[in-house]
Amino acid sequence: MSQTIATPPTVRLDSDVLGKPISRTDGPAKVSGAAKYAAEFGVTGPLWYGYIVSSPIAKGKITKIHADEVLAIPGVQHIFSHENVPSLAWFDRNYKDDVAPGGSPFRPLHEPEILFSLQPVALVVADTFELARYAASVLRIEYDVEKHNTDLEASIGEAYDAPRGKTGFMPPPKPKGDMDKAYQEAPHKIAGEYIHRAQHQNPMEMFATTVDWLGDGKKMKIYDKTQGAPNVQQYLMKIFSLSTDEARVISKFTGGGFGSGLRPQYQVFLAVMAALELKHSIRVVMTRTQMFSFGHRPHTLQKLRLATDDLGQIQALEHKALHETSQFENYTETIVNWAGVLYPSPNTNFDYQLAKLDVYSPLDMRAPGAATGSFALESAIDEMAYAANVDPLDFRLRNYSYEDPIENKPFTSKRLDDCLHEGAARFGWDQRNPEPRSMRDGNQLVGWGVAAGCWDASMQKAAAKAVLSADGHLTVSSATNDQGAGTYVIMTQMAAQTLGLPMKQVTFNLGDTNMPAAPVQGGSWTANSVGAAVKDACQGIGKKLLKLAQKMDNSPLAGVDFEDAQFVDGYIRANEDITRSVAIADILAASGEEKIEADGKAGPNPINMLKYSMHSHNAVFVEVKVDEDLGTIHVTRVVNAVAAGRIMNPKTARSQVLGGTVWGLSMALMEETYLNNELGRFMNHNYAEYHIPVNADIHKIDVIFVEEQDDIASPIGVKGVGEIGMLGVAAAIANAVYHATGKRVRELPLTSDKLL
Amino acid sequence: MSQTFIQEPLDKAAPHVVPAQAVTLNVNGEDHTIQIAPWTSLLDALREYLNLTGTKKGCDHGQCGACTVLVDGKRINSCLALATVYQGKKIQTIEGLGAEDNLSPLQQAFVDHDAFQCGYCTPGQICSAQGLINEGRCKTEDEVREHMSGNLCRCGAYTNILSAVMEVLHDGNVVVDNGVLITIPVAPTKASSAE
Ligand code: FES
Ligand code: FES
Repeated sequence: MSQTIATPPTVRLDSDVLGKPISRTDGPAKVSGAAKYAAEFGVTGPLWYGYIVSSPIAKGKITKIHADEVLAIPGVQHIFSHENVPSLAWFDRNYKDDVAPGGSPFRPLHEPEILFSLQPVALVVADTFELARYAASVLRIEYDVEKHNTDLEASIGEAYDAPRGKTGFMPPPKPKGDMDKAYQEAPHKIAGEYIHRAQHQNPMEMFATTVDWLGDGKKMKIYDKTQGAPNVQQYLMKIFSLSTDEARVISKFTGGGFGSGLRPQYQVFLAVMAALELKHSIRVVMTRTQMFSFGHRPHTLQKLRLATDDLGQIQALEHKALHETSQFENYTETIVNWAGVLYPSPNTNFDYQLAKLDVYSPLDMRAPGAATGSFALESAIDEMAYAANVDPLDFRLRNYSYEDPIENKPFTSKRLDDCLHEGAARFGWDQRNPEPRSMRDGNQLVGWGVAAGCWDASMQKAAAKAVLSADGHLTVSSATNDQGAGTYVIMTQMAAQTLGLPMKQVTFNLGDTNMPAAPVQGGSWTANSVGAAVKDACQGIGKKLLKLAQKMDNSPLAGVDFEDAQFVDGYIRANEDITRSVAIADILAASGEEKIEADGKAGPNPINMLKYSMHSHNAVFVEVKVDEDLGTIHVTRVVNAVAAGRIMNPKTARSQVLGGTVWGLSMALMEETYLNNELGRFMNHNYAEYHIPVNADIHKIDVIFVEEQDDIASPIGVKGVGEIGMLGVAAAIANAVYHATGKRVRELPLTSDKLL
Repeated sequence: MSQTFIQEPLDKAAPHVVPAQAVTLNVNGEDHTIQIAPWTSLLDALREYLNLTGTKKGCDHGQCGACTVLVDGKRINSCLALATVYQGKKIQTIEGLGAEDNLSPLQQAFVDHDAFQCGYCTPGQICSAQGLINEGRCKTEDEVREHMSGNLCRCGAYTNILSAVMEVLHDGNVVVDNGVLITIPVAPTKASSAE
């Protein structure tokens, strides 16, 4: 655990950059095409291409692979399959990555058995991409087909309580009071069942790995698409018995992940295996169809029961959820717990179950669990408010949790009430006629809906290194990731702020396992965890600079403690008397040092975690217009008010919330991977049939940040905004549709057929 | 009741491999001659043979717009184009619009408005926006939204993309009504007000 040192008071000058809307430092590279993603790196020597062949069946066994015919094609180098895969690590633990759920991870090309549709069954390696693709298309494979089961609704009888196993998994809270009795006796009550089917992360960049075979033992540069290079490196080292030097994983730019890049995907396994076996550089890129083959937000069935007294105070609250997992792992996410955190109730019951199907293990997808739970919960809360005859906004304020009702612990900070108030004011909620179907715009029915959201504010262990060179340039590095969150710019800001340097004098590097380790980018913890590590490293430099300054003749800073010094505009100054100052450039010149280095680290504070409940919150207000005849739904206006501690960069944080809002809208109205149970296969495995919003679907989105002072949730006061912006959106849309049409739809996506 | 399944090409008489041939492409004002198979897409020719990786592959099926380039000023999906067909035409990619240290007005507007997150759809969005400006028919917000809808952005940067395109389309003389940012400062606490 790192010691944190109070930030010295600063004066607003050039170097005061934290909290400012600064453009991304990696922006020019991205808009000019210079930013390199995994499939775009050059290699030393010639490059071969691998093309993955996927199983057309969901269950069974490969009986024959007609490889010879294809190997005869000039330019085809090799075909990897279970028949010739080298012998690798044996134990399951070698295949477990940092975020693996409990169970036995899938091993690509390990055995002839088929466990899910689109399972990789072969890798064809050839001189060019075109040839590898052609060769893969003519490779004949024979299978024995077995009967599969991919039907969740038919498997409810075999469901079992979700076991522990996945890091961070919170089992459902213990029940309180007497749920059934309280529900029976209450004057107002509702009950509902909620459904959504599988959804796929579908980042724009397809999963890809380029292995640069360096021709020096087993040394490789592995350019991989991932949300965490260190996690991929560990995985590869354990399976292929490699050293950190041999398996150097690099991921400078990641074309979106949304959870799909948390676990190492099979293309990196295949590329590295092929490179090691063939001693050759290779590139393996998945197809868009294959992007539907390694995890998804699970098909989830939820049940909610709620009851209130005459004053609209919740007396009974029950939330149950069930979703699928694979035959080989127990994927879990936190779905039902949020109800207990947001709404106090004397009588509660929670339940969370899994059922095994012949599909790949589900995989975290933006706001995993919470997006699912929040849709059902916040829809039910709206329905309950109507049943109790209370305005839905008022209902949430009446049933506000001032401390965490599950663990009876105080929140480190919670300005959800201000989000609700500020959001309502901006939206004009007081103009709302609560009666469904009461508002119109021509032949469009107008509906206004509200919902709230909640996500964990958590920290992970992270490290960073800072180097200040003699010319005054500061370079900070950490093996973290930027899948679009803004890591590059906010870490540059944090470093510049801590040492009082202008932004252009600071460079932040990431995405290379040669750098200090950082967690995978997920869970909204990067800004918080890596930010604190960067600050710690820069403070380390600051302390060394102060010592050097004090060695100078007649140092004006003699006797000043680090805690009593400030770093502003290129100077170190004494807090008490800012005329006592030394320029950092002068310190460097006088010291004669070539560079000054310091390491920094950060991690969770277990004592605070025991004492407090740490969450970010939001309140979402939505206007929809529904065509009365056609049932088409347009979201014309959204206000998303977010309380997530301190905002490091309002420009990039706003983009995160805009993106989250688009995701919520997408979940509400469009996204659904259709699983055909006859074939055991996701059918709409492409961007034409898997619908996500386009520019014309997105209208006005106001973002409000209600800032919180919170030194307990994080030493730098940051809670993260990657997930929170998505929460509440789907439910607010469903609630607005109810207000517009009088129809309560509990199944997503909310397509027009469900309104007619 | 055992069942078997054979995975094989739909057309048993799969075409044979055709030898690579010389193809000359004029990209960003320069001629390049490469040896490629005739079924090489323009997108793969750019990315894999000319090392112009600014043009992205998001689907390879004409469904996402990430591969948008300009051919004689018009936007096309380069994944649906065979490279050999584009000999003798003027192909412009993101690299030809501006460089990292010398951004075009559209590229700069994308940075200023934070019109991207992961950046993977961005070159396609910018080429598409340039094509839209060249076409000269869109003026209003709704028109731009509609005619930028062939370019998916999974990060959801749409409102900012609209702002960036509208700014360049109207030389900065336009106010786009697509949402604002409001920050409510930290409520003063004892500690902070004492400072
Ligand atoms: S890659 Fe061409 S449209 Fe998607
Ligand atoms: S910026 Fe990531 S897909 Fe558009």
